[in-house]
Amino acid sequence: MSTKGKAYIVGAYEHPTRKAPDKSLAQLHAEVAKGAIEDAGLTKDDVDGYFCAAGDTPGLGGLSMIDYMNLNLRHVDTTDTGGSSYLVHVGHAAEAIAAGRCNVALITLAGRPRSEGMATGTAPRAGNPNQPDLQFEFPYAPATANMYAMCAMRHMHEFGTTSEQLAWVKVAASHHAQHNEHAMLRDVVTVEDVVNSPMVTDPLHRLDCCVISDGGGALVVTRPEIAKSLKRPKVKIIGTGEAAKHQMAGHVDLTYTGGTKSGKAAFEEAGVTPKDIKYASIYDSFTITVVMQLEDLGFCERGKGGRFVSDGNLISGVGKLPFNTDGGGLCNNHPANRGGMTKVIEAVRQLRGEAHPKVQVKNCDVALAHGTGGSLGTRHCGSTVIMERE
Amino acid sequence: MAKERKIASPEPTVGSEPYWEGAREGKLLLRHCTSCNKVHHYPRALCPYCFSDKLDWREASGKGKVYTYSVMRRAPEPYVIAYVTLDEGIKMMTNIVDCDLDKVRIDQPVKVVFKPSENGQPVPMFAPA
Repeated sequence: MSTKGKAYIVGAYEHPTRKAPDKSLAQLHAEVAKGAIEDAGLTKDDVDGYFCAAGDTPGLGGLSMIDYMNLNLRHVDTTDTGGSSYLVHVGHAAEAIAAGRCNVALITLAGRPRSEGMATGTAPRAGNPNQPDLQFEFPYAPATANMYAMCAMRHMHEFGTTSEQLAWVKVAASHHAQHNEHAMLRDVVTVEDVVNSPMVTDPLHRLDCCVISDGGGALVVTRPEIAKSLKRPKVKIIGTGEAAKHQMAGHVDLTYTGGTKSGKAAFEEAGVTPKDIKYASIYDSFTITVVMQLEDLGFCERGKGGRFVSDGNLISGVGKLPFNTDGGGLCNNHPANRGGMTKVIEAVRQLRGEAHPKVQVKNCDVALAHGTGGSLGTRHCGSTVIMERE
Repeated sequence: MAKERKIASPEPTVGSEPYWEGAREGKLLLRHCTSCNKVHHYPRALCPYCFSDKLDWREASGKGKVYTYSVMRRAPEPYVIAYVTLDEGIKMMTNIVDCDLDKVRIDQPVKVVFKPSENGQPVPMFAPA
């Protein structure tokens, strides 16, 4: 069953905080929920479906947050695929709404890794010993950054991608972030700034890596009849996809991501092609993440991502494919170390015509949000959402 | 040569003990399916190709080449993480050790060595061949 056109994003809210030592994690979830519900013009009592990722939600699954917010629900989904969870949730919410399981779906994300002093990218994080891969990986000190670095290293080896090409991703993000008053990093940077920044884990420099921030975001998804009754611009969900990729029992291939499948599914359902996309939010945990996902989604051929992102091609008003016009994870924020939520939010702003005027894409009628959760170096889930302004 | 870092000890789970016993004897063991005759890594209780539970262990040659790597600089002791393609055709996550950190290259031939982790359990790693 296709869910094309059966659900709309009517509420979107990004928390303005980037450092929240004075707020609890539960409070951040509730504040973004309130923001998105108010943005939609609905009330808390209208919410009958709740979607969150178990990993950034305090308590068992979503139960503590449902209790904290005193929600009265008939549908709950706590799917956790890491940073792509919230893109997955948009697809799942559309399915639940199409199946009549709920009318108004609330999706929340929040986190405070900055206040908690997490060395998010460079410190290996131990897991549960029952995690079957842990004993065969943790002794080697896999962190987030060196896993993505191994993807970059292989990409460079196979396709001739250069550090300068990767740097263009950050340069474009910084051009956008200068207009975002909430962004953590608002200075425009050059390719030289990126490649001359300290090496974190070869070949990724400090400026190839996203920020560590507190904050969060929320979305409200609903049925067409309710969307039409509201005063907000209508953002229709026309295609979604999700796909996990892993080590294939030892046949590891780090040159592509789950986006090859999730993107194909979303484009097929939507009935559009990459050429139709006026704006793209692409999860930018690292610069290499963007290059690989653009290839996998079909914006360019495999191996040509480095060339595609060069020369300002991702800068709004300049290049072929404006991306992450809020500054993305590289410059704006990365709440809970999970970038999928903010990707959807900025795409909704673009479709509504509510992005910053300096970065607003003209006639932005079809937009894509895509992300990856987990690690491209081991196992991850890609998820794609294509939306249309009605 | 980089200073050696502290290696976190693996926590074996039910069924994985032979792999770690093999490491104590200086052997790199691969899980092999007697039903479909394929090897896999990391080792599972059910074959990840055909779900057969008829599996044994095969000693790997210990030879391979670097598939990809990265030198983590933001660590108390910088280290090289890598995937190595074993001669048996499958890849495993590992560290490249006993080498100049800046000389590691993709496709470089490497051979298995065993390094003690914090509790003494040897862990398979790879050094230039």
